[in-house]
Amino acid sequence: MGLETLFGHSYLTTRLDEAVNWARKYSFFNYPFVTACCGMEFMSTFASTYDIARFGAEYPRFSPRQADVLFVVGTVNEKLAPVLKRVYDQMCEPKWVVSFGVCATSGGFYDNYATVQGIDKIIPVDIYIPGCPPRPEAVLDGLLKLQQKVSTESVLDRKYR
Amino acid sequence: MSSYLIETLKTRFPAAVLETHDFRGDETVLIKKEALPAAAAFLKDELGFDFLMDLTVADYLPREPRFELVCHFYSSKHNYRLRLKCPVAGTDARIASLTPFWAGANWFEREAYDMFGINFEGHPDLRRILMYDGFEGHPLRKDYPLKKRQPRIPHRD
Ligand code: SF4
Repeated sequence: MGLETLFGHSYLTTRLDEAVNWARKYSFFNYPFVTACCGMEFMSTFASTYDIARFGAEYPRFSPRQADVLFVVGTVNEKLAPVLKRVYDQMCEPKWVVSFGVCATSGGFYDNYATVQGIDKIIPVDIYIPGCPPRPEAVLDGLLKLQQKVSTESVLDRKYR
Repeated sequence: MSSYLIETLKTRFPAAVLETHDFRGDETVLIKKEALPAAAAFLKDELGFDFLMDLTVADYLPREPRFELVCHFYSSKHNYRLRLKCPVAGTDARIASLTPFWAGANWFEREAYDMFGINFEGHPDLRRILMYDGFEGHPLRKDYPLKKRQPRIPHRD
Protein backbone atom coordinates (compact mmCIF):
# COMPACT_ATOMS: atom_id res chain seq x y z
CA MET A 1 0.00 0.00 0.00
CA GLY A 2 2.95 2.33 0.26
CA LEU A 3 3.85 3.77 3.68
CA GLU A 4 3.85 0.44 5.48
CA THR A 5 6.88 -0.65 3.48
CA LEU A 6 8.76 2.05 5.35
CA PHE A 7 7.72 0.67 8.71
CA GLY A 8 8.37 -3.03 8.05
CA HIS A 9 7.04 -5.56 10.53
CA SER A 10 6.36 -3.04 13.26
CA TYR A 11 3.49 -2.25 15.57
CA LEU A 12 2.06 0.20 13.07
CA THR A 13 1.98 -2.38 10.30
CA THR A 14 0.29 -5.06 12.37
CA ARG A 15 -2.40 -2.62 13.47
CA LEU A 16 -2.87 -1.60 9.89
CA ASP A 17 -3.05 -5.26 8.86
CA GLU A 18 -5.78 -5.85 11.34
CA ALA A 19 -7.88 -2.98 10.10
CA VAL A 20 -7.33 -3.74 6.43
CA ASN A 21 -7.94 -7.47 6.81
CA TRP A 22 -11.07 -6.85 8.81
CA ALA A 23 -12.40 -4.68 6.04
CA ARG A 24 -11.35 -7.08 3.32
CA LYS A 25 -12.71 -10.26 4.80
CA TYR A 26 -16.19 -8.90 5.46
CA SER A 27 -16.67 -7.29 2.07
CA PHE A 28 -15.77 -9.83 -0.56
CA PHE A 29 -16.92 -8.89 -4.00
CA ASN A 30 -17.03 -12.13 -5.89
CA TYR A 31 -16.89 -12.97 -9.53
CA PRO A 32 -18.88 -16.14 -10.21
CA PHE A 33 -17.22 -18.15 -12.97
CA VAL A 34 -20.04 -20.66 -13.22
CA THR A 35 -19.79 -23.39 -15.80
CA ALA A 36 -21.83 -26.37 -14.67
CA CYS A 37 -24.25 -28.00 -12.26
CA CYS A 38 -22.48 -26.69 -9.13
CA GLY A 39 -24.02 -23.35 -10.09
CA MET A 40 -27.29 -24.54 -8.56
CA GLU A 41 -25.77 -24.87 -5.12
CA PHE A 42 -23.98 -21.59 -5.64
CA MET A 43 -27.31 -19.89 -6.26
CA SER A 44 -28.83 -21.61 -3.28
CA THR A 45 -26.02 -20.35 -1.07
CA PHE A 46 -26.72 -16.84 -2.25
CA ALA A 47 -30.48 -17.11 -1.79
CA SER A 48 -32.37 -16.29 1.35
CA THR A 49 -32.28 -19.71 3.08
CA TYR A 50 -28.52 -19.74 3.47
CA ASP A 51 -27.99 -16.06 2.88
CA ILE A 52 -24.32 -15.52 2.25
CA ALA A 53 -24.95 -11.83 2.99
CA ARG A 54 -24.57 -12.72 6.66
CA PHE A 55 -20.87 -13.06 5.92
CA GLY A 56 -20.59 -9.93 3.85
CA ALA A 57 -19.96 -11.72 0.58
CA GLU A 58 -23.29 -11.35 -1.14
CA TYR A 59 -22.33 -8.97 -3.87
CA PRO A 60 -21.40 -10.56 -7.21
CA ARG A 61 -19.59 -8.35 -9.68
CA PHE A 62 -19.78 -9.47 -13.25
CA SER A 63 -16.60 -7.67 -14.13
CA PRO A 64 -13.39 -9.29 -12.90
CA ARG A 65 -11.87 -5.83 -12.55
CA GLN A 66 -14.25 -5.04 -9.72
CA ALA A 67 -14.04 -8.38 -7.94
CA ASP A 68 -11.66 -9.73 -5.36
CA VAL A 69 -12.76 -13.35 -5.00
CA LEU A 70 -12.99 -15.57 -8.03
CA PHE A 71 -15.44 -18.42 -7.50
CA VAL A 72 -14.74 -21.14 -10.04
CA VAL A 73 -17.93 -23.14 -9.94
CA GLY A 74 -18.09 -26.26 -12.09
CA THR A 75 -16.15 -28.16 -14.72
CA VAL A 76 -13.43 -26.31 -16.58
CA ASN A 77 -12.27 -27.86 -19.82
CA GLU A 78 -9.17 -27.25 -21.89
CA LYS A 79 -11.16 -25.17 -24.34
CA LEU A 80 -12.17 -22.81 -21.55
CA ALA A 81 -8.84 -22.71 -19.71
CA PRO A 82 -7.44 -19.62 -21.50
CA VAL A 83 -10.65 -17.74 -20.64
CA LEU A 84 -10.33 -18.59 -16.97
CA LYS A 85 -6.70 -17.48 -16.99
CA ARG A 86 -7.65 -14.24 -18.62
CA VAL A 87 -10.43 -13.53 -16.15
CA TYR A 88 -8.00 -14.18 -13.31
CA ASP A 89 -5.35 -11.94 -14.83
CA GLN A 90 -7.86 -9.12 -15.14
CA MET A 91 -8.59 -9.09 -11.42
CA CYS A 92 -6.69 -6.55 -9.32
CA GLU A 93 -4.68 -7.46 -6.25
CA PRO A 94 -5.58 -8.40 -3.62
CA LYS A 95 -7.43 -11.37 -5.08
CA TRP A 96 -8.36 -14.83 -3.94
CA VAL A 97 -9.62 -17.89 -5.73
CA VAL A 98 -12.14 -20.41 -4.47
CA SER A 99 -12.40 -23.74 -6.21
CA PHE A 100 -16.01 -24.80 -5.80
CA GLY A 101 -16.80 -28.52 -6.14
CA VAL A 102 -14.68 -31.49 -7.13
CA CYS A 103 -14.71 -30.69 -10.83
CA ALA A 104 -12.96 -27.38 -10.35
CA THR A 105 -10.71 -28.90 -7.71
CA SER A 106 -9.49 -32.02 -9.49
CA GLY A 107 -11.53 -32.59 -12.61
CA GLY A 108 -13.86 -34.77 -10.54
CA PHE A 109 -14.88 -37.90 -12.34
CA TYR A 110 -14.16 -36.28 -15.69
CA ASP A 111 -10.75 -37.83 -16.11
CA ASN A 112 -10.81 -37.43 -19.85
CA TYR A 113 -9.40 -35.73 -22.92
CA ALA A 114 -11.35 -32.50 -22.46
CA THR A 115 -11.30 -31.63 -18.77
CA VAL A 116 -8.64 -29.70 -16.88
CA GLN A 117 -7.63 -31.86 -13.92
CA GLY A 118 -8.11 -29.12 -11.37
CA ILE A 119 -8.05 -25.37 -11.97
CA ASP A 120 -4.82 -25.10 -9.97
CA LYS A 121 -3.19 -26.24 -13.20
CA ILE A 122 -4.19 -22.85 -14.59
CA ILE A 123 -4.35 -20.38 -11.69
CA PRO A 124 -3.39 -20.43 -7.99
CA VAL A 125 -6.19 -21.46 -5.63
CA ASP A 126 -6.72 -20.39 -2.01
CA ILE A 127 -9.63 -22.53 -0.85
CA TYR A 128 -10.96 -25.82 -2.16
CA ILE A 129 -14.55 -26.77 -1.37
CA PRO A 130 -15.14 -30.50 -1.85
CA GLY A 131 -18.43 -32.06 -2.87
CA CYS A 132 -20.34 -32.90 -5.99
CA PRO A 133 -21.90 -30.44 -5.58
CA PRO A 134 -20.94 -29.06 -2.16
CA ARG A 135 -23.86 -28.34 0.11
CA PRO A 136 -24.37 -24.67 0.96
CA GLU A 137 -23.10 -25.36 4.47
CA ALA A 138 -19.83 -26.52 2.95
CA VAL A 139 -19.67 -23.38 0.84
CA LEU A 140 -20.19 -21.17 3.87
CA ASP A 141 -17.54 -23.19 5.68
CA GLY A 142 -15.19 -22.56 2.77
CA LEU A 143 -15.97 -18.87 2.94
CA LEU A 144 -15.18 -18.77 6.66
CA LYS A 145 -11.90 -20.54 5.95
CA LEU A 146 -11.10 -17.92 3.36
CA GLN A 147 -11.89 -15.19 5.88
CA GLN A 148 -9.51 -16.84 8.34
CA LYS A 149 -6.86 -17.00 5.70
CA VAL A 150 -7.32 -13.35 4.81
CA SER A 151 -7.09 -12.33 8.44
CA THR A 152 -3.62 -13.89 8.70
CA GLU A 153 -2.24 -11.98 5.76
CA SER A 154 -0.15 -8.88 6.00
CA VAL A 155 -0.17 -5.89 3.74
CA LEU A 156 3.55 -6.51 3.40
CA ASP A 157 3.53 -10.04 2.08
CA ARG A 158 0.94 -9.96 -0.60
CA LYS A 159 2.88 -10.11 -3.83
CA TYR A 160 2.12 -11.04 -7.36
CA ARG A 161 1.93 -14.79 -7.31
CA MET B 1 -47.56 -53.38 -38.71
CA SER B 2 -44.63 -55.17 -37.29
CA SER B 3 -41.59 -55.07 -39.53
CA TYR B 4 -43.43 -53.06 -42.16
CA LEU B 5 -40.51 -50.69 -42.58
CA ILE B 6 -37.99 -53.49 -42.68
CA GLU B 7 -39.93 -55.32 -45.37
CA THR B 8 -40.37 -52.15 -47.40
CA LEU B 9 -36.67 -51.38 -47.31
CA LYS B 10 -35.72 -54.95 -48.11
CA THR B 11 -37.97 -54.98 -51.16
CA ARG B 12 -36.76 -51.61 -52.33
CA PHE B 13 -33.02 -52.21 -51.77
CA PRO B 14 -32.54 -55.99 -51.89
CA ALA B 15 -28.81 -55.77 -52.60
CA ALA B 16 -28.00 -53.10 -50.03
CA VAL B 17 -29.70 -54.35 -46.87
CA LEU B 18 -27.12 -56.32 -44.90
CA GLU B 19 -29.01 -57.12 -41.76
CA THR B 20 -32.23 -56.26 -39.98
CA HIS B 21 -33.37 -56.34 -36.42
CA ASP B 22 -36.77 -55.88 -34.86
CA PHE B 23 -37.52 -55.83 -31.19
CA ARG B 24 -40.96 -54.77 -29.96
CA GLY B 25 -41.46 -52.40 -32.84
CA ASP B 26 -37.97 -50.96 -32.56
CA GLU B 27 -36.75 -51.52 -36.08
CA THR B 28 -33.15 -51.43 -37.22
CA VAL B 29 -31.76 -51.78 -40.71
CA LEU B 30 -28.10 -52.16 -41.56
CA ILE B 31 -27.34 -51.04 -45.09
CA LYS B 32 -24.27 -50.63 -47.25
CA LYS B 33 -22.86 -47.16 -47.11
CA GLU B 34 -22.99 -46.75 -50.89
CA ALA B 35 -26.77 -47.02 -50.66
CA LEU B 36 -27.15 -44.39 -47.97
CA PRO B 37 -28.13 -41.40 -50.15
CA ALA B 38 -30.69 -43.44 -52.07
CA ALA B 39 -32.11 -44.90 -48.88
CA ALA B 40 -32.24 -41.46 -47.28
CA ALA B 41 -34.13 -40.03 -50.23
CA PHE B 42 -36.53 -42.95 -50.13
CA LEU B 43 -37.11 -42.60 -46.38
CA LYS B 44 -37.72 -38.92 -46.64
CA ASP B 45 -39.78 -38.62 -49.81
CA GLU B 46 -41.74 -41.84 -49.82
CA LEU B 47 -41.95 -43.06 -46.26
CA GLY B 48 -42.49 -39.63 -44.72
CA PHE B 49 -39.51 -39.57 -42.36
CA ASP B 50 -39.36 -35.84 -41.90
CA PHE B 51 -37.20 -35.75 -38.79
CA LEU B 52 -33.61 -36.87 -38.30
CA MET B 53 -33.57 -37.31 -34.53
CA ASP B 54 -29.98 -38.32 -34.09
CA LEU B 55 -26.91 -39.14 -36.06
CA THR B 56 -23.82 -40.55 -34.46
CA VAL B 57 -21.02 -43.05 -34.87
CA ALA B 58 -19.85 -46.08 -32.92
CA ASP B 59 -16.30 -47.41 -32.98
CA TYR B 60 -16.00 -51.21 -32.85
CA LEU B 61 -12.22 -51.48 -32.91
CA PRO B 62 -10.65 -54.01 -33.72
CA ARG B 63 -13.51 -55.13 -35.92
CA GLU B 64 -13.31 -54.20 -39.58
CA PRO B 65 -15.35 -52.39 -40.85
CA ARG B 66 -14.51 -50.51 -37.74
CA PHE B 67 -17.10 -47.75 -37.55
CA GLU B 68 -20.83 -47.77 -37.75
CA LEU B 69 -22.89 -44.71 -38.60
CA VAL B 70 -26.13 -44.77 -36.60
CA CYS B 71 -29.10 -42.62 -37.59
CA HIS B 72 -32.45 -42.39 -35.88
CA PHE B 73 -35.37 -41.22 -37.94
CA TYR B 74 -38.86 -40.24 -36.96
CA SER B 75 -41.92 -39.60 -39.04
CA SER B 76 -44.26 -37.09 -37.47
CA LYS B 77 -46.88 -37.90 -40.09
CA HIS B 78 -47.11 -41.60 -39.32
CA ASN B 79 -45.46 -41.84 -35.92
CA TYR B 80 -42.87 -44.32 -37.22
CA ARG B 81 -39.36 -44.65 -35.94
CA LEU B 82 -36.46 -46.31 -37.66
CA ARG B 83 -32.81 -46.84 -36.91
CA LEU B 84 -30.51 -47.01 -39.88
CA LYS B 85 -26.92 -48.14 -39.58
CA CYS B 86 -24.07 -48.16 -42.09
CA PRO B 87 -20.72 -49.88 -41.62
CA VAL B 88 -17.77 -47.59 -42.43
CA ALA B 89 -14.27 -48.97 -42.89
CA GLY B 90 -11.47 -47.53 -40.76
CA THR B 91 -9.17 -47.39 -43.78
CA ASP B 92 -11.72 -45.43 -45.76
CA ALA B 93 -13.61 -43.36 -43.19
CA ARG B 94 -15.87 -41.55 -45.61
CA ILE B 95 -19.60 -41.55 -46.07
CA ALA B 96 -22.17 -39.41 -47.87
CA SER B 97 -23.54 -36.49 -45.90
CA LEU B 98 -27.24 -36.38 -45.05
CA THR B 99 -27.35 -32.57 -45.09
CA PRO B 100 -29.06 -32.43 -48.51
CA PHE B 101 -32.00 -34.31 -47.01
CA TRP B 102 -32.18 -33.07 -43.44
CA ALA B 103 -30.55 -29.73 -42.65
CA GLY B 104 -30.30 -30.85 -39.03
CA ALA B 105 -27.64 -33.36 -40.01
CA ASN B 106 -25.16 -30.49 -40.24
CA TRP B 107 -24.10 -30.24 -36.60
CA PHE B 108 -24.53 -33.96 -35.94
CA GLU B 109 -22.08 -34.69 -38.69
CA ARG B 110 -19.66 -32.05 -37.47
CA GLU B 111 -19.75 -33.71 -34.08
CA ALA B 112 -19.23 -37.16 -35.57
CA TYR B 113 -16.33 -35.77 -37.57
CA ASP B 114 -14.85 -34.10 -34.52
CA MET B 115 -15.13 -37.12 -32.25
CA PHE B 116 -14.56 -40.00 -34.68
CA GLY B 117 -12.91 -38.50 -37.75
CA ILE B 118 -15.52 -39.64 -40.23
CA ASN B 119 -15.52 -37.49 -43.36
CA PHE B 120 -18.98 -36.64 -44.55
CA GLU B 121 -18.79 -36.05 -48.25
CA GLY B 122 -20.94 -33.19 -49.46
CA HIS B 123 -21.13 -31.54 -46.06
CA PRO B 124 -21.15 -27.75 -46.52
CA ASP B 125 -18.86 -26.91 -43.58
CA LEU B 126 -17.10 -29.88 -42.05
CA ARG B 127 -15.21 -28.33 -39.12
CA ARG B 128 -14.74 -29.39 -35.53
CA ILE B 129 -17.67 -28.39 -33.37
CA LEU B 130 -16.72 -29.32 -29.80
CA MET B 131 -12.95 -29.44 -29.62
CA TYR B 132 -10.81 -26.38 -30.24
CA ASP B 133 -8.69 -25.47 -33.22
CA GLY B 134 -5.34 -27.17 -33.02
CA PHE B 135 -6.70 -30.27 -31.33
CA GLU B 136 -5.14 -33.32 -32.89
CA GLY B 137 -6.89 -36.62 -33.40
CA HIS B 138 -10.40 -37.69 -32.63
CA PRO B 139 -10.98 -38.32 -28.93
CA LEU B 140 -13.82 -40.84 -29.04
CA ARG B 141 -11.89 -43.23 -31.24
CA LYS B 142 -11.07 -46.30 -29.22
CA ASP B 143 -7.37 -45.95 -30.00
CA TYR B 144 -7.14 -42.35 -28.76
CA PRO B 145 -4.85 -42.57 -25.71
CA LEU B 146 -6.94 -42.42 -22.55
CA LYS B 147 -4.63 -40.06 -20.69
CA LYS B 148 -3.66 -37.85 -23.58
CA ARG B 149 -4.21 -34.14 -22.90
CA GLN B 150 -3.83 -31.28 -25.32
CA PRO B 151 -3.80 -28.08 -23.28
CA ARG B 152 -4.22 -24.75 -25.05
CA ILE B 153 -2.18 -22.86 -22.49
CA PRO B 154 0.76 -24.20 -20.49
CA HIS B 155 -0.19 -25.77 -17.18
CA ARG B 156 1.40 -24.64 -13.91
CA ASP B 157 4.02 -26.92 -12.23
S1 SF4 C 1 -18.60 -31.20 -8.93
FE1 SF4 C 1 -20.47 -32.33 -9.45
S2 SF4 C 1 -22.10 -30.82 -9.30
FE2 SF4 C 1 -20.16 -29.69 -9.43
S3 SF4 C 1 -19.86 -29.25 -11.60
FE3 SF4 C 1 -18.83 -31.16 -11.15
S4 SF4 C 1 -20.31 -32.74 -11.67
FE4 SF4 C 1 -21.44 -30.82 -11.43
